[in-house]
Amino acid sequence: MTDLATYNFAYLDEQTKRMIRRAILKAISIPGYQVPFASREMPMPYGWGTGGVQVTAAILGPADVLKVIDQGADDTTNAVSIRAFFQKVANVAVTTRTREATIIQTRHRIPEETLTAGQTLVYQVPIPEPLRFLEPRETETRKMHALEEYGLMHVKLYEDIARNGHIATTYAYPVKVEGRYVMDPSPTPKFDNPKMHMSEALQLFGAGREKRIYAVPPHTDVVSLDFEDHPFEIQHFDKPCALCGAEHVYLDEVVLDDKGGRMFVCSDTDHCEDRREHGHAGEMLARQEAAE
Amino acid sequence: MYVAVKGGEAAIANAHQLLADRRRGDRSLPAISIDQIVAQLGLAVDRVMAEASLYDRELAALAVRQARGDMIEAIFILRAYRTTLPRFGMSVPVDTAAMKIERRISATYKDLPGGQLLGPTFDYTHRLLDPSLLSDEPVAEPTRRAADESAMMRVSDILAGEGLIEGDGQMPEDHVPGDLTREPLEFPLNRDLRLQALARGDEGFLLALAYSTQRGYARTHPFVGEVRIGEVDVELDIPELGFAVSLGPIQVTECQMVNQFQGSTKNPPQFTRGYGLVFGQSERKAMAMSLVDRALRAGEFGEDIVAPAQDEEFVISHSDNVQATGFVEHLKLPHYVDFQAELDLVRRMRAEYDAKSGIDKDGAREAAE
Repeated sequence: MTDLATYNFAYLDEQTKRMIRRAILKAISIPGYQVPFASREMPMPYGWGTGGVQVTAAILGPADVLKVIDQGADDTTNAVSIRAFFQKVANVAVTTRTREATIIQTRHRIPEETLTAGQTLVYQVPIPEPLRFLEPRETETRKMHALEEYGLMHVKLYEDIARNGHIATTYAYPVKVEGRYVMDPSPTPKFDNPKMHMSEALQLFGAGREKRIYAVPPHTDVVSLDFEDHPFEIQHFDKPCALCGAEHVYLDEVVLDDKGGRMFVCSDTDHCEDRREHGHAGEMLARQEAAE
Repeated sequence: MYVAVKGGEAAIANAHQLLADRRRGDRSLPAISIDQIVAQLGLAVDRVMAEASLYDRELAALAVRQARGDMIEAIFILRAYRTTLPRFGMSVPVDTAAMKIERRISATYKDLPGGQLLGPTFDYTHRLLDPSLLSDEPVAEPTRRAADESAMMRVSDILAGEGLIEGDGQMPEDHVPGDLTREPLEFPLNRDLRLQALARGDEGFLLALAYSTQRGYARTHPFVGEVRIGEVDVELDIPELGFAVSLGPIQVTECQMVNQFQGSTKNPPQFTRGYGLVFGQSERKAMAMSLVDRALRAGEFGEDIVAPAQDEEFVISHSDNVQATGFVEHLKLPHYVDFQAELDLVRRMRAEYDAKSGIDKDGAREAAE
């Protein structure tokens, strides 16, 4: 039983990688279309990034530099676990720096720093079907995509506005890709949606449990659904990051005490650290330094 | 003072070390051996083999031990190993009529060729805690019948002889059996794929669905034609040789459920089938599977689809416990980015609500005081 522990480069066997690469190529050829693929059981649970891990494993080469983030951070436990997995099974170089990475696997965020040509962003996707919560049946939703029948989605967004005065979707906000397929951007906050539009980087989406891969090739139109009188808007924060002073970035709210004390800090930890190294300081950091 | 959350790596390493410690438990007690798990927790091992779709008692026992007895975790560990194995061929269909029978019962005939054999069953035991098991008291050798090499006729064959049960179904000559571990599922499924999915489906989920059909949610009027447990040979066609070669015996449980059917414009009144086949000894699973299989055939017989157990997409999409546990448990992963987005929206809507309903917050507080 000692030979149980030998696995191929990047865990998956070459046949499986080839199958996944074919699905990826098809996905790139039809932007936003969900390509079924024979997802494998991975040594981490479904829902924990098995789709993203399979996509990464299929495209990873020995010369790649891998970055893994979860909620924008490199040091969240699941990001640590997935990064360690690829270090173990592929012995690949890893980094936390966005600009150094050739492949970035992510859950729930797109890095703040603009991605460049040659980089690939791999999204972990729980529910790839943007119409799933409007129509639970796969047989139906596939038909709706085929017929470009997206009225239901617009009705849902309209009902949001009629009821609440707002579109009540704040993450996994649906987009239309290259004027054809409505696509789920994975549960990234809608703040990140504009970054997908005309990106120079290749964006790949892997859903392991649901067995789907889809893609947004570089320089592709990605438009968030909206109405003329209710245009798409991203979230705005009142304050800059308390550590690095960054504005126009996505912030996490950190509860400081039980008296309502709050601070807001960059969700993208690499971006935040980089700024601090370059001498930027937010309110909290400045106060702390003054105290020292 | 807020400190950026660091140290995920060290935390994970420490957690795993603690897990190893809890798994081993009290060091003054001997560690439980794989042999002991195979021999004394055999039904747990069987369930892991069945739902992991890998027939290997030793590896299943290792998984049970590694998972501290958590069945779904053990199934998951064994599945993740199975998926890395190459598929080098497809076996010839196993012949359950040629089974070396350990248990065989029929609820439809009082006596039948081959007889009723109870075998090692919990049925008719009184579920009273047995203090003698607290100590290791000697256990008497069981009574054994003389080995019977003759094949034992299946109950479905008895009914088929009279033409009272539907045929067993024929696949077209060139039909290659599906493999849900190698192809993505696409609904609607053929029955081969559906049975495959049910065979690895969660025992508890299938049990509950089967139970629901008995309580009126898609009633199928079932009778246990037969349940049999025993060993069958697995044979593989070797193209170079031109004949099938035995790879060895495996233990399986088979259930043939016989269901009433009134007939339709296309079919005469006859009994219909529900089928269950599971690795190892698992009567509950085989019976539940056969009830759900029959319920899922509603479309074939032109029955109204009114209940969850008849809905193929619903049943098959949710029967896999490795998928289910992963997705349910992923909710404990951080979601603070999404939550932040929701928080922002709720705060904004709340502010608008308060403004609209004209409640001056301070005023309200004063009034309360």
